[in-house]
Amino acid sequence: MTAKLSGAQKIALAALGLLALASLAAGWIAPSYAEQFREFISAPPSARFPLGTDELGRDRFARLLYGTRVSLLLAPAAALLSTLIAALVGGTAGYIGGWWERIVTSGIDLFLSLPWLFLLLAVRALMPLNTSPVTSVILTFLLLGCLGWASPARIIRAGTRSLVDSDYLVQARACGVAPARLFWRHLAPNLGPILAAQFWISVPVFILSEANLSLLGLGVSEPLPSWGGMLRELENYSAVLENPWMLAPAGLLVAAVICLQLLLRTEDAIPC
Amino acid sequence: MLRVLLRQIRKILITVILGGLLGATLVRMGPGFGVDEREVDSRLSAESQQAIRAERAAENNIALFYLRYLEGLGHGDLGVSRSLNRPVSELLKERLPLTLAALAYGVLGGISIGFLLALLTVAWQRRGTDVIPAVLSGLCLAVPAAVIALLFVWMGAGCRWAIALVVFPHVYRYSKNLLVAAFQSPHVIAAQARGLSSVRVLFAHVVLPAAPQLAALAGISVSLAFGASIPIEVVSDTPGIGQLAWRAALERDLPLLVNLTVLIALMTLIVNSVADLALASRRQA
Amino acid sequence: MLKNTLTLLLGLTSLAWPASQLRFTLRAEPKTFDPLLVDDENSETISYLTSGVLIRLNRYTQELDPELAAKWKVLENGRRIDFELRQNVRFSDGTPFDCEDVQFTMRRLMDPALHSPAGDAFRSAPGAVETRCTGPYSATVRFPGPVAALASQFDHVGIMSARSARKEAAVLGPFMVAQYKPGQFVLLDRNPNYWKKDANGRSLPYLDSVRLEIQQNRELELLRFRRGELDMVNKLDPEMYDRLSAEMPRTVVDAGPSLDSELIFFNQTPNAPLPEYKRRWFRSAAFRHAVSDAIHRDDLVRIVYKGHARPAVGPVSAANKFWLNMALKPPAYSLSGALEELQRDGFHRSGDSLLDREGHKVEFSMISNAGSKVHERMLTLIQQDLAKLGIQLNVLTLDFPSLIERIARTFNYESVLMALTNVGLDPNDQMNIWLSSADNHQWNPNQKTPETPWEAEIDKLMLAETASQSAQQRKNYFDKVQQIVAEQAPMIFLVNPNALSAVSPNLKNVTPALLRPQIYWNVERLNLASGYVSKK
Repeated sequence: MTAKLSGAQKIALAALGLLALASLAAGWIAPSYAEQFREFISAPPSARFPLGTDELGRDRFARLLYGTRVSLLLAPAAALLSTLIAALVGGTAGYIGGWWERIVTSGIDLFLSLPWLFLLLAVRALMPLNTSPVTSVILTFLLLGCLGWASPARIIRAGTRSLVDSDYLVQARACGVAPARLFWRHLAPNLGPILAAQFWISVPVFILSEANLSLLGLGVSEPLPSWGGMLRELENYSAVLENPWMLAPAGLLVAAVICLQLLLRTEDAIPC
Repeated sequence: MLRVLLRQIRKILITVILGGLLGATLVRMGPGFGVDEREVDSRLSAESQQAIRAERAAENNIALFYLRYLEGLGHGDLGVSRSLNRPVSELLKERLPLTLAALAYGVLGGISIGFLLALLTVAWQRRGTDVIPAVLSGLCLAVPAAVIALLFVWMGAGCRWAIALVVFPHVYRYSKNLLVAAFQSPHVIAAQARGLSSVRVLFAHVVLPAAPQLAALAGISVSLAFGASIPIEVVSDTPGIGQLAWRAALERDLPLLVNLTVLIALMTLIVNSVADLALASRRQA
Repeated sequence: MLKNTLTLLLGLTSLAWPASQLRFTLRAEPKTFDPLLVDDENSETISYLTSGVLIRLNRYTQELDPELAAKWKVLENGRRIDFELRQNVRFSDGTPFDCEDVQFTMRRLMDPALHSPAGDAFRSAPGAVETRCTGPYSATVRFPGPVAALASQFDHVGIMSARSARKEAAVLGPFMVAQYKPGQFVLLDRNPNYWKKDANGRSLPYLDSVRLEIQQNRELELLRFRRGELDMVNKLDPEMYDRLSAEMPRTVVDAGPSLDSELIFFNQTPNAPLPEYKRRWFRSAAFRHAVSDAIHRDDLVRIVYKGHARPAVGPVSAANKFWLNMALKPPAYSLSGALEELQRDGFHRSGDSLLDREGHKVEFSMISNAGSKVHERMLTLIQQDLAKLGIQLNVLTLDFPSLIERIARTFNYESVLMALTNVGLDPNDQMNIWLSSADNHQWNPNQKTPETPWEAEIDKLMLAETASQSAQQRKNYFDKVQQIVAEQAPMIFLVNPNALSAVSPNLKNVTPALLRPQIYWNVERLNLASGYVSKK
């Protein structure tokens, strides 16, 4: 079921679209994110540098545009991966039930309790020395995607279970509908909104995971910018108070996530 | 019910033991294991350097290490932290209360705020009523946990409520979806048509049937809360379990990491089991 | 009646008057309270504040001061040292101090099973160290081989009690550990039996206690200092220094270049998992010189250190006036000079890239430790500098264990940016870096025989330096070592950061020094302006 977009959702979609377009056009709008203008260290905003320069004389606006690419394009990829894995694991567990469900639930719990932050540390340390920053950030997001399926899987399992126990499905089974048809015709379409909801919830989670990793010093390699990497400047709070344009990455991240949230429509998130 | 309970306890025990072993293996096989920063101390002689490397030799055989660990666990001996040179049991005793308190604030606070907002949104079914909660939850969802912690630090406030701000958006979103779905189900429409009061409809026919699925959130909230506690405690320098876990990971402190893995697994499993039991009891009913 | 009232009022006032407590931070948990096992900065801080030593290196004058040893004499070409101990000194628990304690400490220090870093500094030759008491207050320590700068090594040896039941808790320093709350703080109380008195005969220390808050986060530390919750910040980042300087100019202290340096080195290990052509690059002195010339040290100083650093000359900082080879100057930035060196070595430009004689694009990685903003910024600046030569530098920050594993065990690295921390002035502390057979000869450790003539020459000079007892002769040897290092550039020294700290104006008698600990080296004489001076 695809309902009409509300006014707020149209604005959100337009904003995200504009952001994505701007990041893709970064090469034309602001050619270099890595060039250091060493005579303009921590410069305030000007016509040449709309958001000023950072502590190494790099154009913050350019870095923000290129950083948007990293966060806005890779996070959905990671979210898609984690949702697909979650759908497979959680969906089958909820549908089949019984011993399989028990094994999967235990597996999910086991997975959730392992020290995955350590795995991220380890993968970073194991990467070949001359891995380009782009490759390393793609690998990081893919890894986040592979690690992020457990929580959504739990919710998808609960949702699937609920659907399987619902009246209409019970009735369909009683009428002798074949399992395959039952799954594809009656269950899958109603799982769709749950999966879509999980996808849209996961996107900001992965954007934020990258930000948290950057704040812990495990973020994207230089010179590639990312929202998370730029958020590290916020540790210097007195500088932020004096130079409020340093909040631009935080503002953009918050705006993007809010737009994503608004796009997650209630009626699409529940079975009908 | 008793059989289900016993089965859950057995499941928890097996999963915890497996989790500890897997966690230990992960650390043992990871890069930098067995390395000591003293190896780059130019004051130390070659013999001392050799001795330092030999200190950790006992941890190289992970199966043996884990068996010894389980044996010690049976006697209440959790081993000694390499990085802090102190018994793990002492470290946990000191730090657990802090983190548990923060988690309690965080999970209970997050669930309460999230669920309350969802309830209000759904009960007051007007166009645009979900805008403010959506923006609030979006804001909290959008700000990384570490930045939330930074904000609390700047304000000179304790970080107990930081976890709640991380948890509540997830709870809000999921609860709202569930409650809206429940509201639109035929039996609720029928109840409303029969003239039942909106309060009775809301609690007896909307909230109650959705309760088991809401219980599933509890487990996720604990995992979320614990996941958030690491960056929050690291950024705010709170001497809790999260900071200890981060330190243990950075220093490849195997005894500490294994114990923390077992502890987190236990906590997560207990909470999830409670949720599963609730779901099972609903199915039975 | 009046007298009683006045006494009562005075007593009440003294109770109400806050005891003077110095507050600063430790960056992490101390790993040990045993002064002989101290190996990390935080444990060293506690040891400095609580341990008594025989001889103290005065951090300000850089001369040796008598402490528990009232007199000493170095004999037999550095193989023997005779001490005359101070009398009527007691440990904090009242146990008397005498030669037996020195004997016990030295025996324990030199126990091979202990692996004490302070003990290793005395191991110049195989064989046992003998400590004899020629009287209750006279001690003779004999070593199997000559020990360079023998007397100054005792600055790191905290004397332990042979008889006290309290073991390491019984101390001879100005303070003693009163409370330790892991993760939170260490509280040190005044040692009531501390032997030192000031010129007026008043017992030292002036302070009643020292509270060391365990605080890893530097921003939080600065915040607390601003709020007056801390009395000093012993090591400030350059950025924080500037911030604080703008807000509280009276509190910041820039003591000039420290003894530390930032450096890079290339992997020259023969069995490293590197392509052969890269090994050839790294083993070429011309290549290393070109890289050195292409790095803009002045920009590193200006941008990363905000001017609070100096371009480095070599392994010895400008602060170490005696040991610095004055004939050497920091390499000048010269892109053209760098290109010339490379061309002479068979490299050539092709478009934006630099190629070697076989046509391989010059691309390599540089690793450093994660979590250090200074290193991250330096890496980024160096990346841009080398890009001007056509060199593609890939930078990667790793957590410390992974970094050490690559440098010290697997040798799976290409180049490294790291800091060299010098605790003392004597180049003997760097012996394990310069000796080709040593573990810490970073670029190519544990050589059975020196692989290059210049490394053989450095070995010869360092061994001669350590055997000599003449300061000038030792300096001559080490000057030559510095010359060779400048010529061959196995380690490319970049900058010497300044010693930056912050001190509350309430803290009196502060005389910032270059050597660590810069601010509280004379802790027994520090006092707080608003504090109450103990009359005990």
